Amino acid sequence: MTAVREMVDPVPGAAAPHLPAQPDLVQLLTPEGERVEHPDYSLDVTDEELRSLYRDLALVRRWDVEATALQRQGELGIWASLQGQEAAQIGAGRALGEADMAFPTYREHGVAWTRGVDPLDVISLFRGNDLGGWDPVATRFNLYTVVIGAQCLHATGYAMGIQRDTADAAAIAFLGDGATSQGEVNEAFIWAATFDSPVVFFCQNNQYAISVPIERQSKVPLFQRAAGFGFPGVRVDGNDVLAVLAVTRAALARAREGSGPTFIEAFTYRMGAHTTSDDPTRYRLADELEEWKLRDPIARVKAYLSRSGKADAEFFAGVDAEGDELAARIRTGTLEMPDPAGTEMFDHVYAEQTEEIAAQRAAFLAYQEGFEK
Amino acid sequence: MSTLTLGKALNTGLRKAMEDDPKVVLMGEDIGKLGGVFRITDGLQKDFGEARVVDTPLAEAGIVGTAVGLAMRGYKPVVEIQFDGFVFPAYNQIVTQVAKIHARSRGKLPMPITIRIPFGGGIGAVEHHSESPEAYFAHTTGLKVVAVSNPADAYWMLQQAIAHPDPVVFFEPKRRYWDKAEVDLDTAPPPLFSSRVVRAGDDVTLLAYGPMVKTALQAAEAAQGEGRSLEVIDLRTLSPLDLAPVEESVRRTGRCVVVHEAQTTLGLGAEIAARVSESCFHSLEAPVLRVGGYDVTYPPSKLEEEYLPDLDRVLEAVDRSLEF
Repeated sequence: MTAVREMVDPVPGAAAPHLPAQPDLVQLLTPEGERVEHPDYSLDVTDEELRSLYRDLALVRRWDVEATALQRQGELGIWASLQGQEAAQIGAGRALGEADMAFPTYREHGVAWTRGVDPLDVISLFRGNDLGGWDPVATRFNLYTVVIGAQCLHATGYAMGIQRDTADAAAIAFLGDGATSQGEVNEAFIWAATFDSPVVFFCQNNQYAISVPIERQSKVPLFQRAAGFGFPGVRVDGNDVLAVLAVTRAALARAREGSGPTFIEAFTYRMGAHTTSDDPTRYRLADELEEWKLRDPIARVKAYLSRSGKADAEFFAGVDAEGDELAARIRTGTLEMPDPAGTEMFDHVYAEQTEEIAAQRAAFLAYQEGFEK
Repeated sequence: MSTLTLGKALNTGLRKAMEDDPKVVLMGEDIGKLGGVFRITDGLQKDFGEARVVDTPLAEAGIVGTAVGLAMRGYKPVVEIQFDGFVFPAYNQIVTQVAKIHARSRGKLPMPITIRIPFGGGIGAVEHHSESPEAYFAHTTGLKVVAVSNPADAYWMLQQAIAHPDPVVFFEPKRRYWDKAEVDLDTAPPPLFSSRVVRAGDDVTLLAYGPMVKTALQAAEAAQGEGRSLEVIDLRTLSPLDLAPVEESVRRTGRCVVVHEAQTTLGLGAEIAARVSESCFHSLEAPVLRVGGYDVTYPPSKLEEEYLPDLDRVLEAVDRSLEF
C-alpha cells in the first residue's frame, strides 16, 4: 500500500504538533464532490450504485435524527449518534459479502442498515427493551458490544473458525480510536497476524473517545501501528463513501484469499455528541465542528451526483420522502413497542435453565401476581 | 476399568471428547508440543493437529476472546488457563462476554466454552500459582462452575462439560493431578451438575470440593477412630449448587461443616451456610461452620501448610460443631 501524498488539513482545535502532517489518505471523492483517482484503489461503480449509496447515507442519517429526537422526548434511554460517520459505515457495510460476519461496537447503525437489520430492532436496545434486538446469525451482524474493543477478539476467533471451515468468507471488527488503547484489541492484532486470520479491523477514528482526543491514545497515526504487528494499515478518508468502499473491499478480498488481516483507519469526525448524555461543548471548539461540516460525507455525494447529472431533483426529493416515511415508521414503531415481559430476564441466562433460576422465576411470578389480586 | 492419575484421566477425557466431536478445539499456552505445563494435553497436538490443539500467543484475554468467536462459528473451544492466578487478564472476556452473550442474544448465540483452570495450593509454588478463585466465577450469572476431586470425575465431568451448551469453568485440583484411582471408562456417569455422597455417616455432614475432598475423607477416617461418623459430600458443582443431597444429609445429622481452600469470607461456604440454614433451620443442632483459607494474601509457600485447611483443622471444626 504505497503512500499517496494527499494532505488533510490538521483538525482545528485538535492539532498535534508532535504528529506528522496527515499523509497517505486514500480519497476517491473530495469534500467538494470531485471524483479523483487513486493509484492503488480503483472503483468501478455504476450510476445506480452511486444513487443507492446516497440513499443509504441519507436514510441512516434520517434514522439517526429521529432516534435522537425520540431520546429527547423520553422515548429512548440513550442514543449513540452516528452523524458524520455515515460514509465510513455505509462504505464498509456495502463492501461486505453475504458470508462475511460483522462485529460492531454500539454505534454502527449504518452497518446494521446494510445488513438488513430493522432500525426498530436497534432502537429497542436503546429504549431498554432488550440487550440486543436482532438475530446476529441471520443478519451476520453481531450484537452491539459495549465493552470497548472486546469484539475484536470475537471477530478474530470467528475468523479462525472460517479458516478451519475453509470457507470463502471474512470477519470484520469495528472499533473506534479509543479502543486502540485497549489491551484486548492489541491481543486481537497479534492473534490475527500470527494466525493470518481472515479479519479486517475497521477503525473509525472520529477524533474523540467521548471527550479525550486522539493524541491521548496514540503518538503515531493509528494506521501506522499495523506495521508493528506485521500486517498492512491504510488510512482512508472516512467521509468518502467511495474510498471506504474500495479500501474495505480490497481488505476483505485479501482476507478471503488467505493473506491475513488489514487495519483500516477511517479518518472521520463524530459530528454529534458521544451519546445523548454527553456535552461536547465542554471539550471541543465550535470552529472544529464547522470545519468538519465542510467535509460532510453526504453533501459531497449529493454534489457529485447533481453536478455529473447522475441524479436529478426528483431523485433527491424521492429519497427525502423515503426518509420521512422511515422516520415516521421508526417513531410509530417506537411508541407502539410493547414493554418486555418481566419473565424475559429469567429465560435466556442459560441454554439449559438451572433449578435455581427457575425457582426465582416462579417466585417472581407469584410475587407479581400478589399485586394483581 | 483403568487405573489413571487425575491428570491422565483429564488427558484421556479430552482425547475422547475430541474423537467424539470434530468441533472441539483446544487452545492455551504451551499445550501443543509441550503438552501443557502439567502435561494434561500431552500427545493431543501430535494426534489431532495444530488446527485443533492450538499453542496460543501468551495472552489470556486473547485465548478466551477468540474462543468466543470460535463458539459463534459453531466450535466448542476448550481453553486452558495455565494457573489459577493467570485467569484475571481473561476475566473481562469471561464476565462481560462469555457469561452474557447467551442472554444478550436471547439464545441465538450459545457459548459452549470450557475454561479449564488448575487451582489450589500445596505445591510449593510462587505467587499466583496456588489460588482458589472459584467464588468470582460462581458469583457470575451466565457461567456454570464445577470442580473435580478424583480421576473418575475428571474423566467424565470434563467430557460432560465440553458437551454442555453453556460455558463451564472447570476447576482441576492441581495438587491431586498425580493421585491414582480406578476409572470405569464405560459406565455412564451421574449428571454433571450433581453433588455426591462419597462417604456415608450419621454425626456431622462434611462438604468439600476439589482438593479438599481428599482432606475431608481423611478427616472422616480419623474421626471414625474416635467413634465419630462423618458423612462426606463432594459438591462437584459450584454453580448451580446441588444442595438436595446436602439437605437430606443435614436433616439427619443436624450438623454441617463446609471446607474449601479459598479465603473464608464470601467464599462458597458462606452461600452454602446461608442456604442450609434456611432450608434445614429446624434440623440444625449447630450453626453451619466454615473451614477455609484465612482472609490473607495467599502466603509464601513456607507458610502454605499453615494457611490451607488440613485434617486437623477440619476435625477441630467438627468438634466445635458437635460441642455446640
